[in-house]
Amino acid sequence: MKPVEQIEIAASRALWLEEKQEEHQKKKRSWHHRVMAVRGSLLVLFFALWEAGARLGWIDKLLFSYPTKVFGQIWGDMASGSLWPHLGMTVGETVVGFLLGTLLGTLLAIVIWWSPFLSAVLDPYMVVFNSMPKVALGPIFIVMFGAGFTAIVVTTLSITVIITTLVVYNSFCSVDPNLVKVARSFGASRVQVFNKVILPSSFPTVVSTLKVNVGMSWVGVIVGEFLVAKTGLGYLIIYGFQVFNFTLVMSSLLIIAAVATAMYQLVVYVEKLILSRR
Amino acid sequence: MLPIVQLKEVTHAYLGDREASLAIENFSLYVEAGEFVSLVGPSGCGKTTLLSIIAGLLQPSRGEVFVSGHMVSGPSPEVGYMLQQDYLFPWRTILDNALLGLELTGRLNENSRQQTIGLLGEMGLGGKEHAYPAQLSGGMRQRVALVRTLSTDPGLLLLDEPFSALDYQIKLQLEDLVSETLRRRGTTAILVTHDLSEAIAVSNRVILLQPNPGKIRKIFTVPEAIRSTPPLYARDLPGFAELFHEVWKEMELAGRDEL
Repeated sequence: MKPVEQIEIAASRALWLEEKQEEHQKKKRSWHHRVMAVRGSLLVLFFALWEAGARLGWIDKLLFSYPTKVFGQIWGDMASGSLWPHLGMTVGETVVGFLLGTLLGTLLAIVIWWSPFLSAVLDPYMVVFNSMPKVALGPIFIVMFGAGFTAIVVTTLSITVIITTLVVYNSFCSVDPNLVKVARSFGASRVQVFNKVILPSSFPTVVSTLKVNVGMSWVGVIVGEFLVAKTGLGYLIIYGFQVFNFTLVMSSLLIIAAVATAMYQLVVYVEKLILSRR
Repeated sequence: MLPIVQLKEVTHAYLGDREASLAIENFSLYVEAGEFVSLVGPSGCGKTTLLSIIAGLLQPSRGEVFVSGHMVSGPSPEVGYMLQQDYLFPWRTILDNALLGLELTGRLNENSRQQTIGLLGEMGLGGKEHAYPAQLSGGMRQRVALVRTLSTDPGLLLLDEPFSALDYQIKLQLEDLVSETLRRRGTTAILVTHDLSEAIAVSNRVILLQPNPGKIRKIFTVPEAIRSTPPLYARDLPGFAELFHEVWKEMELAGRDEL
């Protein structure tokens, strides 16, 4: 074959591959657009139905309120500044509960990994505590720590710590024993095995429990606020319910949904950042 | 000269929930410095148990093990251990994986680091230092594992079927590389393998074990001509096929006695 022909074949091949790739990407983009469009329409439809239903009398305005009124309430609270102390309090409690819960849960997992004896001893207690509805302990925490920030954070911790411990401990135990064997064959101590093998190997699991813990922390904090608080979004919900101001309840719910999602996305972003450097 | 490895009347029992089973019984073995010894035999004859005991990963129930005159009481950097698969740490770069042994034994410094980089280069891994294990082929990864094992400069190398998970062609190349590297460094080696032709091609002595409980059935000495030829070509030498059949027959008998 002449060199000229070879070059021509190569060129046409490259062209064909490029065309196929373009087609593939176009298909992918159009699929993505369709998903976004339907997603957006569903949201708009939901609010439109809600608004129309309330105005046309299909649902009770007093109980369900309606979007324009709810958004008006949020806007008004934001403008007057009365929203910020509540939002700040709740976010503060959630962040502290979330970070402490993850930290304590991981530390506890390290302790029971360290001592198989302790792990065996504690196992039934952890199972019992984990299957128990921790929220029921709320009144005890209030008595112990007083009605306020501490009691709410402790309520949150009671929800997050044990499940974190169980998940992280499991990931410690499921590290490939051959990796441990490699380290041990060089005479690695237990501390070295933990630092060089166990911890880096289960790091992705630890980070992904963070995502679960964000949701758990919100549950703990809102329930805690239901029980005791004088400020916070949970308090606003309870207060709105007591004075029959359901617009306040609905607007608090919407704010919680927005902030909780933002926090979750932040954790996802941090996870990506950490894992991409490995 | 004092043997590098001495096993004296070693017995090991595995204790399970239901029953205790005898893996090896009254096992004695001497390996001279610079020797390459292969352990072959039907499965369940305690080959890997023996390696773990010599490596200090397992304490024998009875008997004594000496490596370079010291009694073995735990893993030491003196002994290198290579497993069936590379087991590189996926979160570490190739260089960091190769440096693991030095790091764990507290001997990581600029000098040993440069030596390890040099060793990677010798194994044809130059330029891959900052890649991750997932980016390398199986043969390359096993070579990294070899560098990781050699980086601490062990006098004795234990090889637990290190070539079994590789493609045939890669396996032959790696056999050559390992046997050549060990010969040059004067490292003593004990190889556990299922592959009789591999055992004959690389070693000075082939030790055939029999199961239930594991003990030595017969020791074959590999003729000088085969021993001094690189493994790939040793397989073509006259006498290789005869030895292979002899070992094969004996191994069949060992397996049949069990039944």
